[in-house]
Amino acid sequence: MFHRESGVFKTSYAAEMALYPLPIAKWAVAAFAGLFIVIAPLTLGEYYISILNLILIACVGALGLNILVGYTGQISIGHGAFMSVGAYTAANLVTHLHAPFWITIPAGGIMAALIGAVVGIPSLRIKGIYLAIATLAAQLIIEWTINHVPAISGGVQASIQVPRPSLFGMQLRTQAQLYLFLMFFVVLAIVGTANLIRSRIGRAFIAIRDQDIAAEIIGINIFRYKLWAFAISSFYAGVTGVLYTYYLGIANYEQFQLTVSIDYLAMVIIGGLGSILGSIFGAVFVTLLPILTRWFLEDYGWLFFSQGDLLNAIPNLRLILFGGLIIFFLVVEPEGLNRLWRNIRNYFRVWPFSY
Amino acid sequence: MRRSGGMLALLAGAMLVALAGTAAAQQKEVMIGMQCDRTGATQITGVVLCPAMHDYYNLINAGGGVEGYKIKVDEIDNEYKVPSAVEAYQRHKQQGAVLMTLYGTPMTVALNQRLEEDHMPTTSPGFGISAAADGTRYPFLFPVAATYWSQGAAAVQFVKDKLGGNLKGKKIAYIFYDNPAGHEPLPIIEELQKREGFELRTFAVPPPGVEVGAQVLDITQRFRPDFIIDHLFGRSPSAAIKEFKRAGYPLSKVVGLVWAASESDIQAAGGFGVAEGYYAMQFAGAGDDYPVRHQIKDMYKKEGKEPFKGMDENTVYYNRGLLQAAVHVEAIRNALKANGGKQPTGDDIKKGLESIRGFTLGGLVPPLEIAPADHEGGGWVQVFQVKGGKFVKATDWMRAYRDVVDAAVKKSE
Repeated sequence: MFHRESGVFKTSYAAEMALYPLPIAKWAVAAFAGLFIVIAPLTLGEYYISILNLILIACVGALGLNILVGYTGQISIGHGAFMSVGAYTAANLVTHLHAPFWITIPAGGIMAALIGAVVGIPSLRIKGIYLAIATLAAQLIIEWTINHVPAISGGVQASIQVPRPSLFGMQLRTQAQLYLFLMFFVVLAIVGTANLIRSRIGRAFIAIRDQDIAAEIIGINIFRYKLWAFAISSFYAGVTGVLYTYYLGIANYEQFQLTVSIDYLAMVIIGGLGSILGSIFGAVFVTLLPILTRWFLEDYGWLFFSQGDLLNAIPNLRLILFGGLIIFFLVVEPEGLNRLWRNIRNYFRVWPFSY
Repeated sequence: MRRSGGMLALLAGAMLVALAGTAAAQQKEVMIGMQCDRTGATQITGVVLCPAMHDYYNLINAGGGVEGYKIKVDEIDNEYKVPSAVEAYQRHKQQGAVLMTLYGTPMTVALNQRLEEDHMPTTSPGFGISAAADGTRYPFLFPVAATYWSQGAAAVQFVKDKLGGNLKGKKIAYIFYDNPAGHEPLPIIEELQKREGFELRTFAVPPPGVEVGAQVLDITQRFRPDFIIDHLFGRSPSAAIKEFKRAGYPLSKVVGLVWAASESDIQAAGGFGVAEGYYAMQFAGAGDDYPVRHQIKDMYKKEGKEPFKGMDENTVYYNRGLLQAAVHVEAIRNALKANGGKQPTGDDIKKGLESIRGFTLGGLVPPLEIAPADHEGGGWVQVFQVKGGKFVKATDWMRAYRDVVDAAVKKSE
């Protein structure tokens, strides 16, 4: 991922399948893991860790959506709703059964996966923009159901309070503790996705994305694998919802509305379809960019505006800048930030002797 | 040459700002973290409410601050999105805020647990959870203004007064936005239906609520109620007013709860001429007849500036901003008086909020009585009527059926 290499020629299937093509890859990953798991929570202030936490949660969701959109070539704008399924499943398990997080997180994921698989059924007949509308319907139906069934939503304001997760009798309260808690699931999600893609299922997904008729001819059961894609992707979404619930301490349907689905779709498209690193780039980009643009405007806005106008200008300019930068990056590299990163790497791989 | 001149000016400017920064740091100040929505789903409210808050803080600072402390405000636009609100909260906390205002129900709900962990008193007038009126369960959340439950109860009382003091056999229609906030007053109104013996029918308007024709026809042609309680948000109040008008239903038999009650709703419905007679419920006084508004206009005049435009265009939201800021300042004042002028902490300010009493800001603020167990301050509302191009008081500050509301607060555990 983060290294230079040359003269790599794979001579066996085992080498082709290997998770790390070179030993240096292993070290690079280890170094990054050390940086983010040990050094970051110890050195960064609470505020910065809280931003990282938001990014971590977004990473899980973006990875999940990328499995569906990027690897399998199906589209979903119902992922916000799948997150709410996970969130409310977990919240109900906690309030009624006092279930610990290691039960609620998989349970929320599985519930979302079941519903996601049902929503995925139309994908067998329809594709592209039509499928988008079908999943949009799922978003609306799930939102409506949560709103109107008190048994799910817990009554008042359709929100259920959830105590923070405890580990070995210790409740995780501070941002740094929650950071490590979330990081554990992000690592699981990354490793899970990386291995899923190298497996039989993952290769079937890619075959379906590239040409579904050809995939069917070589013996891939499209029916089964498309539903698998929806289920696995929704599982990730459900887990994201549960993590969100634990992080905020409450499940509330308004946190998972249509705009959230669109945000996640933006993450995978900006980050790069069909790549793990791209999902992470996308999550970082979409979460961080509004914050960075505001920092920038707060520090340099006085050059352009009077103090009074500035308050009104910052939020609006921030939206314009955010939109502009998204367009900019998509025009510069339509295949997303991941491709941009690879281009940079490829350039430096032979630097300074490019020929 | 010209370029270097520009650079010099830039440098001088930067130094000025830096100097101002250090000068401000030496001044004793209390920091308020303010979340706002000037670009999101509810920006129509935010663009008026937030400048109003700044105006009030500026007024206080221009008059020497509170007990020797200046008020420092940092505003962050949360775009009505939960992640932005979480980030904004953490940032305000890092900057040393001891009092906050949140914006939007989902954000208030999402941050509630953090508030308790960080001992961060927070106001959320018109947002959040009705049950937060119970200060023993939500110790750091202060709805301050009447909750939906209090509004529902007061609306029924208002209708009762209008219909001659007896609701037996009368028909009331409840038209509401079909989301949790829209549902919220329902249990109260249903409870009162049993007690008062009126006939109640509810009419849900699905989001986004711009199409209310069918519901209005249903109400006016089939149900034919004696009064309508209107609990809509966003674009739908204006759409409903238009439709009631078209259906020939007298608007003087419609009362809108607090989010169906601003000038912008009336303007969007076609202006004050169209909405003549419409009743609007408020938790802060509407209109211009309050001394504090004139003080703010004087302040602008002294600085030689034009007052903020929205001040007169939308007095309802502007005055709500004033209410919120004034409650903040009052809480800080109480806190400083109680702790002898030390730098106040979140707990001090919480106590300051809980000792707000008999503070009316010339009638703009209801006779709030905030207490450790009652963070709502009594649940006061005032009904205004659209008359001759403006909002005219139709009642005094009022509240009703407190036993029913209190029971609902208790039951919601």
